[in-house]
Amino acid sequence: MDMAIALILSQDGITNGAIYALLALALVLVFAVTRVIFIQQGEFVAYGALTLAMMQSGVLPATVWMLVVMGALVTVLDGGLALKAGQGRRAASVAGWNLGYPLALAAAVGGLAVNELPLAVQVLLTLAIVVPMGPMMYRLMYQPIASAPVLVLLIVSVALHIAMVGLGLLFFGAEGQRTPAFSEFSLELGPLMVSAQTLWVLMVSVLLIVALYQFFERTLYGKALRATAINRVGAQLMGISPTLAGKLTFFLAAFIGALSGVLIAPITTIYYDTGFLIGLKGFVAAIIGGLASYPLAAMGAIAVGLLESFASFWASAYKEVIVFTLIIPVLLWRSLCSHHVEEEE
Amino acid sequence: MTKQMQGGAAPSNAGAKNPVLEVKDLCVSYGKVEALTDASLTVGEGQIVTVIGPNGAGKTTMLSAIMGVLGSRGQVAFDGSVEGVPEVERMVARGMTLVPEKRELFGEMSVEDNLVLGAFQRYRMGKRDHAQTLEEVYALFPRLKERRDQHAGTMSGGERQMLAVGRALMAKPKLLMLDEPSLGLAPLIVREIFRIIGELRRRGVSILLVEQNARAALQVADYAYVLETGQIAMQGPAHELADDPRVIEAYLGLGGKHQAMLST
Amino acid sequence: MRADRLVLGAFLALLLLVPAILSPYYVTLLNYIGLYAMVALGLVLLTGVGGLTSFGQAAFVGLGAYTTAALTTATDLPGWLAWAGTSPWLTLVVGLLLTAVVAMLIGSLTLKLSGHFLPLGTIAWGISLYFLFGTMESLGGHTGISGIPAIGLLGWTLDEGGEIYYLIWAFLLVAMLTTHNLLDSREGRAIRALKGGRIMAEAMGVDTSRSRMVIFVIAALLACASGWLYAHMQRFVNPTPFGVHIGIEYLFMAVVGGAGYVWGAIVGAGVITVLKQWLQNWLPSLLGATGNFETIVFGLLMVLVLHRAREGLWPILKKLVPVRAVRKTIDADAEPLPRRTLPKAGELILEAKDVTRKFGGLVANNNMSLEVRAGEILALIGPNGAGKSTMFNQISGVDTPTSGEVLFLGKPVAGHDSREIARMGMSRTFQHVKLLPTMSVLENVAIGAHLRSDKGVLSSAWRLDRAEEARILKEAARQIERVGLAEHMYEEAGSLALGQQRILEIARALCADPCLLLLDEPAAGLRFKEKEALGELLKKLRAEGMATLIVEHDMDFVMSLVDRVVVMEFGQKIAEGLPDEVQQNPAVLEAYLGGVE
Repeated sequence: MDMAIALILSQDGITNGAIYALLALALVLVFAVTRVIFIQQGEFVAYGALTLAMMQSGVLPATVWMLVVMGALVTVLDGGLALKAGQGRRAASVAGWNLGYPLALAAAVGGLAVNELPLAVQVLLTLAIVVPMGPMMYRLMYQPIASAPVLVLLIVSVALHIAMVGLGLLFFGAEGQRTPAFSEFSLELGPLMVSAQTLWVLMVSVLLIVALYQFFERTLYGKALRATAINRVGAQLMGISPTLAGKLTFFLAAFIGALSGVLIAPITTIYYDTGFLIGLKGFVAAIIGGLASYPLAAMGAIAVGLLESFASFWASAYKEVIVFTLIIPVLLWRSLCSHHVEEEE
Repeated sequence: MTKQMQGGAAPSNAGAKNPVLEVKDLCVSYGKVEALTDASLTVGEGQIVTVIGPNGAGKTTMLSAIMGVLGSRGQVAFDGSVEGVPEVERMVARGMTLVPEKRELFGEMSVEDNLVLGAFQRYRMGKRDHAQTLEEVYALFPRLKERRDQHAGTMSGGERQMLAVGRALMAKPKLLMLDEPSLGLAPLIVREIFRIIGELRRRGVSILLVEQNARAALQVADYAYVLETGQIAMQGPAHELADDPRVIEAYLGLGGKHQAMLST
Repeated sequence: MRADRLVLGAFLALLLLVPAILSPYYVTLLNYIGLYAMVALGLVLLTGVGGLTSFGQAAFVGLGAYTTAALTTATDLPGWLAWAGTSPWLTLVVGLLLTAVVAMLIGSLTLKLSGHFLPLGTIAWGISLYFLFGTMESLGGHTGISGIPAIGLLGWTLDEGGEIYYLIWAFLLVAMLTTHNLLDSREGRAIRALKGGRIMAEAMGVDTSRSRMVIFVIAALLACASGWLYAHMQRFVNPTPFGVHIGIEYLFMAVVGGAGYVWGAIVGAGVITVLKQWLQNWLPSLLGATGNFETIVFGLLMVLVLHRAREGLWPILKKLVPVRAVRKTIDADAEPLPRRTLPKAGELILEAKDVTRKFGGLVANNNMSLEVRAGEILALIGPNGAGKSTMFNQISGVDTPTSGEVLFLGKPVAGHDSREIARMGMSRTFQHVKLLPTMSVLENVAIGAHLRSDKGVLSSAWRLDRAEEARILKEAARQIERVGLAEHMYEEAGSLALGQQRILEIARALCADPCLLLLDEPAAGLRFKEKEALGELLKKLRAEGMATLIVEHDMDFVMSLVDRVVVMEFGQKIAEGLPDEVQQNPAVLEAYLGGVE
């Protein structure tokens, strides 16, 4: 292998690593705040990418109907509760956000010639469809059992992952999709050609990480999420309800997932079930961070990206095996550091 | 005259004008074990009411149930309206805060962040006056201002308690519930905490105080309840209970032979 | 005959007749249900009982299937391995050994960590193995391996569905019986303590990491055996049935059927298998597309089960069948368990020297010293928050002092885990009662005798442990009678009043035959008569030479019982001496009653 190949492999590795880093951050966040292991993160990636692809081919993305159904269920549950408590205004607001919004969105996407809209609008519409599924999913699937053991929450996640893959097949079909690049230019750096999409991925990732940092350090809502992760009871006593924290976290995770999907759709062909492997690589990174440390998880993600990229050059058939075997030394190290016996929640 | 629950007309905290908190027949069970049975109590506006009792009597359970941290049966009326089953965030929004026995601080966050989070519910409701409230809390606890950038986890026991109380005050509560505020603190700091409790009452905050430091609690309170094995065993004006030998016995489990010593 | 035996007998008779009365289609379906139930049974043990889980069971099935497939079809095995290819029964042994090694490897990496690392680790393992099967050309790649021979048994070749049917169900029933036996034993109690009782079990000397490993390996072995049967039933293997998604399906079977129950495995495997058949026929025509759409239904069904009936279907079904729980019998003639020789009265048992413990800026214990001698009861008292619990943790080895040391029988406690300390003869109760609420009082107390017995997993599974088990139960019953809980012996521990639960903990601690008893607020929540009885018991133990350290709030109880008192406040010792002296001490009165002058 010469220098040029190494540089190209590194570029690929860092690009993918940036995506894994975003996913890993979301996984760590979701676990810290809600104790949910967010296996279905990858499906949000695939849903984001494929929803955009469907729009670009001029088809009404079926995900919008999923949003409508989820919203209707939330409306029935929360609206019903609000009506029972005699809070008519609250019921109306619940219905507005969970039923009115998805229907309006469906009408807009269905009515417009979405394939002729500028890319930026298509991306915004994609996010507008996929991201609200995050908090709705929390409301429907996790909120009723929010205090269940981690193991039960994990099994729910796995079940939802399976269901979302099945739905993905139904919505998008078995064909893979690849969207056109955001812009066409490329940058020449010595022997290296850096494509525009790579720059987009890196730029958006860095911006997003900075924005998240600002959110957690500067805003009260960000601090509230951190507080929930540090001390759930203490946060609850401040009026930061686990429900609010859960929905907010799932909103962020769904946003990160869908945006990652949109970003990589021009780089790799995305199938309805591609998300799982992408999400799991985020997991390997998150495990490197012990499901607790954000910087370690981000560094782990870059390492996973590089390892994957170099492994695909040397032993492409064994690429996945090599990446997933990476967690063995990590687990070994963690296991050696751990002495005390803890009670499972 | 100290009133006993057994028989006769139900005694009550009659001195309470405009009750802020009225709890009726509150019950809490852990699985099949009942930890609190038909507990009723009243806190009037501007009153300090204390609940004393031996370890394991259910004091903390009672506060948690009133706050909505624990599920319960019975009735809790706060600030004029009845809550079916209390719900924490709603109670906070309506002006009730609890300083828990374990403090429950955010250890890896700064003192100031801890305090600001105390105003989270007000901020959410659109009342963005936390900068000013923060100055008021700093005026009450100058020590917290000195340590504003330090992590809460690195502070001493007394500072932690001040932070917990300060954080609760950031919500501008109508009713402040304190669970064992003197727990593990040196006398000088206990005195400081009780001074602040008195000061808060002067500012119109009603206080429900659970204490193991019986003498201090009865000195500062207007009305008191004695909780024993999950039931209210005695109640009465605090100064009357303070002189009642049965309180000392029930609370400390000391036999008659010690009472002479204790009355000094 | 009891009703449950009747139901079981009818079920077995029906199973026996199946190939004669049902069409081959249904026999094949039942073969699959049997194979899947065996894997789900492992998950019952792992998930429902042990509180762990694995998404990689399909990979273990694959390991079993591929091992036998590769060995029995290979023509060029190296000489040292040639023996293995000669019979499927030998390849079963090889597969089981290989599986055990792999499971132990994965287990040793993840089982010391929090419970969610095992499932995450098994996902990675499952994916890796799946890709390996698919890419290794020696294993046939994605086309797989065909031409696997049928299993021969006593000259009979099981090459038809109706024949291997008997082998599959025999395997399954034996696995269920041994699992059932295992759970009802010394090791079984340790396994049942894993979910929610690890700290308690460790304090009673149970190596919970080992118990976790045991159930993980058993679950893997069951999966491997299922894979072996599968390979010889199909006579062909390819990677598809061993992917992670099938591993997830196995977990669904266990959870839907009832993850806490041995019979839940069959119910779950049956429901999911039949449902899958039905959905695969029906959904594609309904949706107008081809694909595995049953996963949508399975996923949502699973969430519904976890929301509405977390225990699964079996407990609901059980209500329809008149099955009564069998009460354990105590064999009065069983030989008593061996006892430790207690140190002579007055001998130094426990010594804490200048123990200081800081948490950040908080000094919870400051220069605390105390000693306890054999045949003595020492009380550690002080107001709430004085640091008694922290001191208790330093003494019991749960926590390590920042400086200073604690010596038990002359050996430092620091650096030893709870188990070693228990083995040295220190036994404790917990301030916040730690017991297994759905287990009987008798079984809860029997956990205390864990270190006084040694029968392991295999003896339990094959019922070779009954003599020892009788001795354990007799000892547990003796301690229960001793503390005055005899009338509650067969009740669920969770149904006792809080005070009685504390007494149960003392019986459990005594069951370990300790020489030092650490009691954390034993009298809290007790009624007057119960306190008196507890006081009498402790006095009797003292007369036998037991050393006791008691942390207590109830002064009346303490003062009339103990020999010496140590009083703590603000993490320090403020007084020490005879009960009468301490009661006169003004600093003590001030600490207890407080004041704001």
